[in-house]
Amino acid sequence: MSPSRREFLATGALVVGFTLAPRAALGQPATLPGSLNGNRRLDAWLRIDPSGTVTIFTGKIELGQGIGTALSQIAADELDVDLKRIDVVHGDTARTPNEGMTAGSLSVEQSGTALRLACAEARHILMTAAAAKLGVQVADLRIDDGTITAPSGARTAYWELSADAHLDGDATAKITPKPASEHRVVGQSVRRRDIPRKFTGGAAYVQDIRLPGMVFGRVVRPPSPGAELVDVDEARVRSLPGVLAVVRDGSFLAVAAAREEQAIRARDALKQSARWKETASLPPSGDELYRDLMARSVPAQTVAEKTAPTAAEPAKRLEALYTRPYQAHASMGPSCAVAQWQDGQLTVWTHSQGVFPLRGELAKAFGMEPTSIRCIHAEGAGCYGHNGADDVALDAALLARATGGRPVKLQWMRDDEFMWEPYGSAMVMKLAGALDAQGNVVAWSHELWSHPHSTRPGSSPGVNLLAARHLATPAPAVPPADVPQPAGGSDRNAIPLYDFGAVKVVKHYVADAPLRTSALRTLGGYANVFALESFVDELAAAAGADPVEFRLRHLRDARARAVIEAAAQRAGWTARVRGDGGRGRGIGFARYKNLACYCAVVADVSVDRASGRVGVTRAIAAVDAGQIVNPDGVINQIEGGIIQSTSWTLKESVRFDRTRVTTRSWGDYPILRFDEVPDVDVVLLNRPDERFLGVGEGAQGPAAAAIANAIAQATGRRLRALPFTPERVKQALA
Amino acid sequence: MASFTLRVNGEGRTVQVEPDTPLLYVLRNDLELNGPKFGCGLAQCGACTVLVDGKPVRSCVATVASVATARITTIEGLGSAERLHPLQRAFIEEQACQCGYCGNGMVMAAKALLDRTPRPSERDVKAALNGHLCRCASHNRIVRAVRRAATELSS
Repeated sequence: MSPSRREFLATGALVVGFTLAPRAALGQPATLPGSLNGNRRLDAWLRIDPSGTVTIFTGKIELGQGIGTALSQIAADELDVDLKRIDVVHGDTARTPNEGMTAGSLSVEQSGTALRLACAEARHILMTAAAAKLGVQVADLRIDDGTITAPSGARTAYWELSADAHLDGDATAKITPKPASEHRVVGQSVRRRDIPRKFTGGAAYVQDIRLPGMVFGRVVRPPSPGAELVDVDEARVRSLPGVLAVVRDGSFLAVAAAREEQAIRARDALKQSARWKETASLPPSGDELYRDLMARSVPAQTVAEKTAPTAAEPAKRLEALYTRPYQAHASMGPSCAVAQWQDGQLTVWTHSQGVFPLRGELAKAFGMEPTSIRCIHAEGAGCYGHNGADDVALDAALLARATGGRPVKLQWMRDDEFMWEPYGSAMVMKLAGALDAQGNVVAWSHELWSHPHSTRPGSSPGVNLLAARHLATPAPAVPPADVPQPAGGSDRNAIPLYDFGAVKVVKHYVADAPLRTSALRTLGGYANVFALESFVDELAAAAGADPVEFRLRHLRDARARAVIEAAAQRAGWTARVRGDGGRGRGIGFARYKNLACYCAVVADVSVDRASGRVGVTRAIAAVDAGQIVNPDGVINQIEGGIIQSTSWTLKESVRFDRTRVTTRSWGDYPILRFDEVPDVDVVLLNRPDERFLGVGEGAQGPAAAAIANAIAQATGRRLRALPFTPERVKQALA
Repeated sequence: MASFTLRVNGEGRTVQVEPDTPLLYVLRNDLELNGPKFGCGLAQCGACTVLVDGKPVRSCVATVASVATARITTIEGLGSAERLHPLQRAFIEEQACQCGYCGNGMVMAAKALLDRTPRPSERDVKAALNGHLCRCASHNRIVRAVRRAATELSS
């Protein structure tokens, strides 16, 4: 067995033997906080091993955001054990709680809250057992790294008590976790546990899994979304060196070979010989795209409506239309999965964000019981939402049916990823507002048009996996409903937090999408905050007000005000300074989902008027995420969010003609490079006595708006169509 | 198939492959080295970077035949979890990644840079890494890590 195989299986051998109990059947159990509600057994969350380790189990998966480290910090503090003793098991349908998707910046809120309460209760049970064993009161015991000492000096330890202390009951959530003043590792920038192996060639990713007898697969996707396979010379490809299987099922085509490069060559050969019937199913490009989207006849749905009977008469009205193109997740590593069939059971190693929802979808695709499928998470490259991770799992499973029990590792090629990942939806946002004679906003309206922002596994009936729609007997997904408020999907962050008098938010949700769309970091939040916060600046300008003062004037939430003030202060914001035509500064603010972290971003830009190039030179963010578990982890997320958003905002849009997606490689989809990256400074407003608020998606919307507002301040021209390419900037300045 | 005895991380390793096989698949699949990553197969992203006679090379497009007599170094050849190379230590200390998939290429390109420019400026580092893509946007941490390693290596 290779070392990497051993490494992946080692933890598998360590912990066995708990089952996830169903919800209590008698009566209606009390609602428990976080993910504890759906996963009540204590030993679903943690296990004390006689060898002296503590294993915590989480349904949330590591995707480079550092969740494993943050959760281990929470557990270490509640249990009074050293971090070194803690192992973390992520997303495995056979071993961990079902916490749905790792999405929405909810992992610390949901899994962290559950683990905190489960560990507090486990500690209480263990301390009670220790007191009985040592013949003293719990209050007289001291505990240090799991070793419990009585006043007499008599000792025991968690690992000696595991036989007496039963963690196989349901959690009650009645044991109060420690106050923030007693935390030792929560609040510290503990180094991430996943990083050392990533820089030393350790087995860190699903791509690094090597199983005995494993073969390599590649998929041959149609040339366009509407295409159907007419003919392909399978026999010739079967005769190529190393080829073990060619699977053709309707328009699904895949190949397995002994060696990876052989699979790639066979894929090329299949591509060359395949004939497809294509249809022009894609929307128009450019400005036409948005006219087309707005012309779809779907009912207008009112998301929020507030009347303001006492508001002053409007003195000035403004209206503006903002657009956002299709944008790609564009993960560095194309999606990958390993699949194996043995005795009618399917095992899939996957970087899906939700192993349980994926299992459910695979069960539907194969007409099997979910219990016959095991999905085990292994990290992939950063995904930033719903990329090809789930789709490639079905591809690998379909191909592995033809390899006689041998496991198949299937990785998409770069063009598969760019052409077939579900994109962040194109959107249109139409903003309108009115100012009274004093320059206060007295009316506000936000109307938006969008395709779905979540077509993940489990989001609708049917099979939400790409290959399912290509099979001879297709099982396509049913278009999903929009993610409902208060989090929202297309309308995420469309409801202003400001006091804007009469407010109306309306959405046109176009469920039927010509290009597949799904969750890209923030869902609709990025575009809605871009539009909302740009329009706030447009109104501020119309009122002759400073953007920071104007925001604060309309904002009562003290925590929202605090991040705006902190960002402005760190940036040295000066009211009413005009841009010099080439350099400018802008601000953007949001509370992500109107529920998670508060974040304000100040951006400094330089605009080269000759070339139209915009450079973001510096960004300053202030963040309030409630109690901070790992400060450097929060900073890393906010820094990354700002820089990624700068890339989206300045550069990114997926290209297509009426038939085919023409974005195939990094050459067609430039992203921000080192020489274009802003310096980023993050101010944390820690609130140790407040509950956790997710941060992974807090900065993207505010950063986009801050850049737009900075360009407007620099040049006096307002850019309302993303991305701000040199051509668009030159056009605006002309 | 042809036989090649490649010099990888100071050891001779014999493999039987087609001469035009990209080096990446030999390193990952025959030699079971996890460091170099498949990112694009087009020499666009840099995730597969290794050193060939000290120079950074995109192993996804370099054929085995083209490196048959060369010294090949992968990130595993720099150091291990127990004996970290200063670059590896600096990337860990700066927590210079989110997903880390691009990290191999960043470290290997930085190694080549520091070998020729022991005390690079921030601008030098950015220029040396500009052909490497990072999607999680850890760029600033990566630049700090390279400069931290440079300080350690030249002190």
